[in-house]
Amino acid sequence: MSEETVISAKNLDLTFQTNDGPVHALKDVNLDIDKGDFVSFIGPSGCGKTTFLRTIAALEHPTGGTLSVNGMTPDEARRKRAYGYVFQAAGLYPWRTIAGNIKLPLEIMGYSRAEQEEHVNSVLELVDLKGFGKKFPWQLSGGMQQRASIARALAFDADILLMDEPFGALDEIVRDHLNEQLLALWARTEKTIGFVTHSIPEAVYLSTRIVVMSPRPGRITDVIESTLPKERPLDIRDSAEFIEIAHRVREGLRAGHGDEA
Amino acid sequence: MSHEICAPRYASLRFLRSGARMKSIIPILTVVVAILLVWYAAAVWKNSKWTYDQAARAGVEVSFGELVADTWAQDRPVVPAPHQVIVEMWQTTVNKKISSKRSLVFHGWITLSATVLGFFIGTGLGILLAVGIVFNRAMDMSVMPWAIASQTIPIIAIAPMLVVVMNTIGATDFLGQDTAEALFGSQPAFMKGLLPKAVIAAYLSFFPVVVGMVKGLRAPDSMQLDLMRTYNAGGFASFWKLRLPSSMPYLFTSLKIAMAAALVGAIVAELSASPIRGLGGRMLSGSYYGQTIQIWAALIGAAVLAAVLVGLIGVLQRVTLKRMGMAR
Repeated sequence: MSEETVISAKNLDLTFQTNDGPVHALKDVNLDIDKGDFVSFIGPSGCGKTTFLRTIAALEHPTGGTLSVNGMTPDEARRKRAYGYVFQAAGLYPWRTIAGNIKLPLEIMGYSRAEQEEHVNSVLELVDLKGFGKKFPWQLSGGMQQRASIARALAFDADILLMDEPFGALDEIVRDHLNEQLLALWARTEKTIGFVTHSIPEAVYLSTRIVVMSPRPGRITDVIESTLPKERPLDIRDSAEFIEIAHRVREGLRAGHGDEA
Repeated sequence: MSHEICAPRYASLRFLRSGARMKSIIPILTVVVAILLVWYAAAVWKNSKWTYDQAARAGVEVSFGELVADTWAQDRPVVPAPHQVIVEMWQTTVNKKISSKRSLVFHGWITLSATVLGFFIGTGLGILLAVGIVFNRAMDMSVMPWAIASQTIPIIAIAPMLVVVMNTIGATDFLGQDTAEALFGSQPAFMKGLLPKAVIAAYLSFFPVVVGMVKGLRAPDSMQLDLMRTYNAGGFASFWKLRLPSSMPYLFTSLKIAMAAALVGAIVAELSASPIRGLGGRMLSGSYYGQTIQIWAALIGAAVLAAVLVGLIGVLQRVTLKRMGMAR
């Protein structure tokens, strides 16, 4: 655990008690995430990638092991508003304008009117939605709504951004575009990002580290350090290096499945 | 990606909708005509006995034309013809002073005041109970069964008891005698005996509001509630910023039902309240003296009142939801 570590999991276990008996959602998960990392979690459904993200956010509570976020317990970190969370659906309030939606966390956290305006304007610019503040969500496309929800998560200056398949429901062209924008945003803000996906190209394109997970019990099977440069144009996906990393991820996913195939 | 705005699509939809509204007039008119035909036929059928009896007593034969003319013009018909009811309504609204005891407007106003007061009491109570049910587990377990049980008791049985009880404790008028005299010189007519009627109206109208608001306050899905947790929002913030706005469509739907129920409650209460007033009182005194036309006029008056009140809530609903951006 280096000085720069923001999220640290040690021997983390999470078992859900269900009517069909206990389900091992996470088993013996060890992972350190450093400041400024872009970490993707990839794996088939049921591998615990979303559960792990929710545990970091203190939306689920581990049944064993330790987890620290910014040196605190996840619950303390949540109370200190250490992270912004982006869900798979934009989940914007239909009765609020885009600016009103982005103000929501700021109002709850007690920012002043002037600060609210300032933050809204700066994050709208950050996600390239300048001029759309007065629109209602239904007036925007799905991709724009998801960008607004990212702006909402960025609005209160948390250092950590947790994203749970944020682009999963969007078509590929929009997705490529948003991936490109997300990288630019990450470069500008230097946030630490945890990103759940089930798309191999997306994980490889975005991440500095790729965490490959497998199900039953949910566990980490491989952690791949990306050798790609920080500057990543979209056509980097045709480079030999990119294909090499994608291949490793695919191998990792296959190995995780090996015991049941 | 600025070309993704799709507002024009909704403009065209709105045009389609107004076109549909024009088209829906024809089926409505068809139904109205059908009802009138059945009504007139029923008047002939039900009132013919009296016509035949009168003719037999006088020792004359009646032709079919005379039969129809007589059955549609009796003083105390079993079934009054539509035009008789319309004439009666015209006479007792436009041609009567509003302060007259024979004015339908006077009686309508008395029923309206009980209905509206009961509606507000019932709605307030309903919303409070719903908030309690959603935020308090003990209330969640205990209140709903009682609320349901309260609605299984026939209102017609409770109303007279409540009127008697409230009369004996002197809680009948809206204002105390002294206050009323200080404010108005005397107790205004509609305030006399208002409270028991309003309580019974409230008794019927709180229930749909409880059911609707519990559902509405629980409408936010787990993702939206999780989002609130990531902001470390307290119960108050998530109620005010998430649950309450989410419940608005449900609230207005239940308000419409509550308003109609409050009117029924007020009218039923008027059947046992004293003095005999209001649309319910008109129906009651009409039945005492065999004034069927008067009963029917009061009945139609109540229906018109209900339509207006529910329509008003509909307008309020459209304006509110549109301003909130929830209706397009």
